Amino acid sequence: MHDKTLAELSAGLAAGEFSSVELTRHFLGRIERFDGQLNSFITVTAEPALAQALAADERRRRGEAGPLTGIPLAQKDIFCTDGVRTSCASKMLDNFIAPYDATVVAQCNAAGMVMLGKTNMDEFAMGSSNETSYFGPVKNPWDTVAVPGGSSGGSAAAVAARLTPAATGTDTGGSIRQPAALCGISGIKPTYGRVSRYGMIAFASSLDQAGPMARTAEDCALLLGAIAGFDPRDSTSVEREVPDYRAALGNDLKGLKIGLPKEYFGAGLDPAVAQAVEAAINEYRKLGAEVVEISLPNTGLAVPTYYVVAPAECSSNLSRMDGVRFGYRCDNPKDLEDLYKRSRGEGFGPEVKRRIMIGTYALSAGYYDAYYLKAQQMRQLISDDFRRAFETVDVIMGPTSPTVAFNAGEKTDDPVAMYLADVYTIAANLAGLPGMSIPAGFVGNRPVGLQLIGNYFDEARLLNVAHQYQLTTDWHQRAPQGFE
Amino acid sequence: MDWETVIGLEIHAQLATRSKIFSGASTAFGAAPNTQACAVDLGLPGVLPVLNREVVRMAAKFGLAIGATVAPRSVFARKNYFYPDLPKGYQISQYELPVVANGHIDIELEDGSTKRIGVTRAHLEEDAGKSLHEDFHGMTGIDLNRAGTPLLEIVSEPDMRSAREAVAYMKRIHELVRYIEICDGNMQEGSFRCDANVSVRPKGQKEFGTRAEIKNINSFRFVEKAIDYEVERQIALIESGGKVVQETRLYDPDRDETRSMRAKEEANDYRYFPDPDLLPVVIEPSFIEAVRATLPELPEAKRQRFVSEYELFPYDAGFLTASRELADYFEAVVKAVGAEAKLCANWVMGDLSASLNRDGKDVSDSPVSSAMLAGMIRRITDNTISGKIAKEVFEAMWNGEGDADAVIDKKGLRQITDTDAIEKIVDEILAANPDNVAAYRSGKDKLFGFFVGQAMKATQGKANPQQLNDLLKKKLSG
Amino acid sequence: MALERKDVENIAHLARLAISEADIPEYARNLSSILALVEQMSAVDTTGVHPMAHPLDATQRLREDVVTETDQREHFQAIAPAVEAGLYLVPKVIE
Repeated sequence: MHDKTLAELSAGLAAGEFSSVELTRHFLGRIERFDGQLNSFITVTAEPALAQALAADERRRRGEAGPLTGIPLAQKDIFCTDGVRTSCASKMLDNFIAPYDATVVAQCNAAGMVMLGKTNMDEFAMGSSNETSYFGPVKNPWDTVAVPGGSSGGSAAAVAARLTPAATGTDTGGSIRQPAALCGISGIKPTYGRVSRYGMIAFASSLDQAGPMARTAEDCALLLGAIAGFDPRDSTSVEREVPDYRAALGNDLKGLKIGLPKEYFGAGLDPAVAQAVEAAINEYRKLGAEVVEISLPNTGLAVPTYYVVAPAECSSNLSRMDGVRFGYRCDNPKDLEDLYKRSRGEGFGPEVKRRIMIGTYALSAGYYDAYYLKAQQMRQLISDDFRRAFETVDVIMGPTSPTVAFNAGEKTDDPVAMYLADVYTIAANLAGLPGMSIPAGFVGNRPVGLQLIGNYFDEARLLNVAHQYQLTTDWHQRAPQGFE
Repeated sequence: MDWETVIGLEIHAQLATRSKIFSGASTAFGAAPNTQACAVDLGLPGVLPVLNREVVRMAAKFGLAIGATVAPRSVFARKNYFYPDLPKGYQISQYELPVVANGHIDIELEDGSTKRIGVTRAHLEEDAGKSLHEDFHGMTGIDLNRAGTPLLEIVSEPDMRSAREAVAYMKRIHELVRYIEICDGNMQEGSFRCDANVSVRPKGQKEFGTRAEIKNINSFRFVEKAIDYEVERQIALIESGGKVVQETRLYDPDRDETRSMRAKEEANDYRYFPDPDLLPVVIEPSFIEAVRATLPELPEAKRQRFVSEYELFPYDAGFLTASRELADYFEAVVKAVGAEAKLCANWVMGDLSASLNRDGKDVSDSPVSSAMLAGMIRRITDNTISGKIAKEVFEAMWNGEGDADAVIDKKGLRQITDTDAIEKIVDEILAANPDNVAAYRSGKDKLFGFFVGQAMKATQGKANPQQLNDLLKKKLSG
Repeated sequence: MALERKDVENIAHLARLAISEADIPEYARNLSSILALVEQMSAVDTTGVHPMAHPLDATQRLREDVVTETDQREHFQAIAPAVEAGLYLVPKVIE
C-alpha cells in the first residue's frame, strides 16, 4: 500500500479496495517500525488519526467523500494543530499545545485527510540540514549518514521512506525544495500569497510560504488544490481563484520555452549534479521544449540579501516568545529582564539566536539603511531579473541544490557554508515566485533535484511541466532501501 | 532671565469601534481580565493581523476635520520593544508614512485672540494591555483586554507656549473627536490621554531647549499642573547650573510632581521596519469623498453660525457648542419655541446646565427634554408665567412632575393678568400700609420694592410683573 | 564589519537573549562572518532603486468592524506558565 502514490490511494479508497482505517493503521505501523532510524516525526498522533480515519470512512459511506478524504498525511510541526503540541522543533515551544488550527490544517481536515503526526524540522525553520532541531537531527533515508536537507527535512524524509504518502512543508529560502531534492521527492513552493500563512508559525513573514511535499507532481497538484486559496485571516493571502491543478496535467510541452540561468551552472555546482540536471534538460528537449540560456545577473547576491531580510523579520516575529503567555519559561526569574533573557536564552538554540541577533543588528539605529533598506533594494533588483526573464521564457530550470545531500556534521561549524546550500532556491522567495523540485537522478546513492521556477501564480503550468517529465522517467518511483 | 516655554502634545484618542484594530475581539470597556483578548491580541504563534475598515474611515474623518492631508498610501510599521503589556514584543504603529499629515486647529487665547496650532501628523496604532500592580505574591498581573484597541495618535507641532495653551488645544481636540464621533472622549477610562513634550529656552533664543516627555496624563487639570511643575523644575535646574536631560517622566497627581521613569529610561532602539504581515493602506479619492459627506458641522463653524444666526455673544456661542449634544439641544429648543433664541440660550446655559452639573448628568439623559423646555419657554413668552415662576416650573419638570402645562395647572401657577384683580390687591395693600405710602410719597423711592413684594406675596408670585409695576406706580404717584 | 564582545552584548541585550560569557567569542566570530557575507550587497549600486517590502504589489484589504471573537480565556490560559485571577503573571514591573 505504501508504494502507491497519493493519486493511486485516492482511487483505491474510492474503489473500496481498502478503508482509510486500514490505510492509516498501515502507515502508523510503518512509522512505528522505521522512524527510530530517521527521527522524521516529533509527534505521532495515532489515536486522533484513527478517529479521523473512521470519520473519513463514514463520510465515504454517506457518499460525501472528496478525492483526499481518508488519505493520511503528516503536518510539518510549524503548523498550529488544535490540541496537539506544535513545537516548531524548539525547546521554546516544547510544551506548546496549540489552541487553534492553522488554516492549512483546517483545510486538510475539511478535505477529510488524516493527520498521522507532526514532522521534525530545523528549529523555527532555520536551517538547511535539519540539524538545528531540539528533538535531534533527521536522517536521510537514502543514506543515514547524510542530512535530509532542511528545514522541512522531517517531511521530506518521511515521504521518501514511505512513512506517509504526503506531507506539508514551508519554504522561506528553499525549505521545501532543498529537502525534496536531497530526499528524492517532489515538492512545490507556491507563489507568495497562494496559501494562507495563518497559524503557520512565522519565520520571515514576507518570504514564508507553505506547500505540499509528495512523491509525484500529480500528488503535489492534488494536495495544493486542497490547501491553496484565499484566507480572510491573512492580509497577504491573495483573492484569486484556485485552478484545478490536476486537470491541467494533460498538456504536452511542445513549444515550451525553458530558460537556463547561466549563473545557476557556474562555480560551486558539483559537476555530477550538473550532469544529472543537463540530462533532465535533454529529456525536456525530447518532449518538445525549446531551451535557451538566460541570465539572472544578481543571483550571487540573493544569499546576502536573504540573510538581512529573513533575520530582520525573524528577530521581530520571535519576540512574542517571551515566557509570559505560552511556551518555555525559565525557573525562578529574579526580575522581568531575567525572565525575558533566560527564557529566550535557554529556549532558543544557537542558530535561532544567531539569526535573531543578526536581524536585531540590521534593524538597529544607524544600520537600518546600510542593511535593511539596502536589502529591500536588492530584492527589487533580483525580482526585476526574473521579470525580464519571464518576458522570453515560460519556465526557468536549474539545480535545486549545488550538491547532493552532505554528511551530518559537515557544515554545522560554519553557518555561512550552510547558508550557501540555498544559493539557487532563495531568489524565488525574495521575488515571491513559485518554485518546485523534482527527482532527476542520483550521484552515487544520493538523489539530485531539478528545480523549476515559474511566473507568478503559474503553479498549474509548473506542475504539468514536472508531471510530463515524470511520465517519461522513473526517478520519482525509486525508493530507498531498507524501508520496504 | 526671562524664559519661554515650548510645548508639543501627543494625544492618544481611542477610536470608538466595535472591534479591535487588527482582530475581531470586542473593545467594550470593563470586561473581566483577558476575556476580550483573542488569539491575535495575545500574539499567539502563527496569528496575523487584518485591518479594521472603520479605523481607516475614522482617521480620514479626523484628517478632513483638521484640514490635513489624508495620505493616499500609508504604511504600518513595527515598533520593537519588550514589555509585558505588549504581547508580540512589538507594537504595530505607523512611522514613516502616517495616514494623516499637516493639519491644524485654532485655539482661543485669554485675550480673545486666536492662535493656530499645527498638527504634524496623526497615525493609527494598537493600544497595549494593562499591568496591574496589586500584589500577586510579588508578581504583576497582566490584562490584555485593551491590547489591540485602535488608537489615533495626534501629534502637534511644538507650537504652544504655556500650560494654558496646551490645555486649550487639548480641549479643542477633545471636543472635535467627540463632534465627529470617532472617540467617546472618556478620560477616566483612558479613551483620551496625552503625552506632553516640554522644554524651556531663554526668551528670544531660536533653538529649542532639551525636552522632557511627560507620559500618560489623563485629565485637563493634570496637564496644566504637570506642565507647570515641569517648567518650574527645568528653569530651576538650569538656573542652578544643571542641564535638562532628554527623558520620559511621569506625573504623580498625589504629590503634584513629575519624576523620571527609571524602568524605561534606557536608550530605546525601537528598530522600526514596515510590518510584513500588513500591506500598504491605499485610500482612494472616492473613499475620502464618502467620508467627507459624513462630516458634521464642526465646532468652529457652529460657533460662528450661532453668533450670526442667533445673535448670541461669542462666549455664549462657545458655551453652547462645547459639545455637539448641547448644541443640538439648544437648537431644538429654539426651533420649537420659534423665536427668542437669547432667552432659550439663557435657560440652557442657566438652569438646565446647573441642574445637569448638580446631578452629574449628560444632556443626552436630561429629565427635561428640549421639547419640555421649549414648552415652558413658550409659556413665558405668552405671559402665562413669569420668568421667576418658570424657575419653579423647571424644577418641577426636572423632578418628573410632568411638562410645563401640567405643572402650571397642578400648582395653579398661571399668572394673574386681569387688571381689575391686580388693582384690587394693590388697593388693599396701599390701604393696609398708610405709613409707607406716605414715606414713599415724601421721597423714599426704595420703598417701591416693598409694595411689589407685598403684592407678590398676596398673589403667590403670580401677578404679571409689568402690570403690577404700572399699577403701583400710578396709584402711588396719585 | 567585525563585531566585538561589547557589540554582541549590546545586541543580545536588545534582543533579550541571555548569552553565556564563554559563548560570546564564538557568537562574535559567527556573526562577523555572516555580516561579511551580507556586506557583499555593497558591491551593487542601488541608487534610485525602490525598496521592495513585499513580493506582490498588492494593497491592504480592510475587515468590516464586527465582533467575531468570543471569550476563550480558559482555553488560552491553559497553556500559560503562570496565571491568577485571569491575569498573566510576571515578575514585578517597576514603573
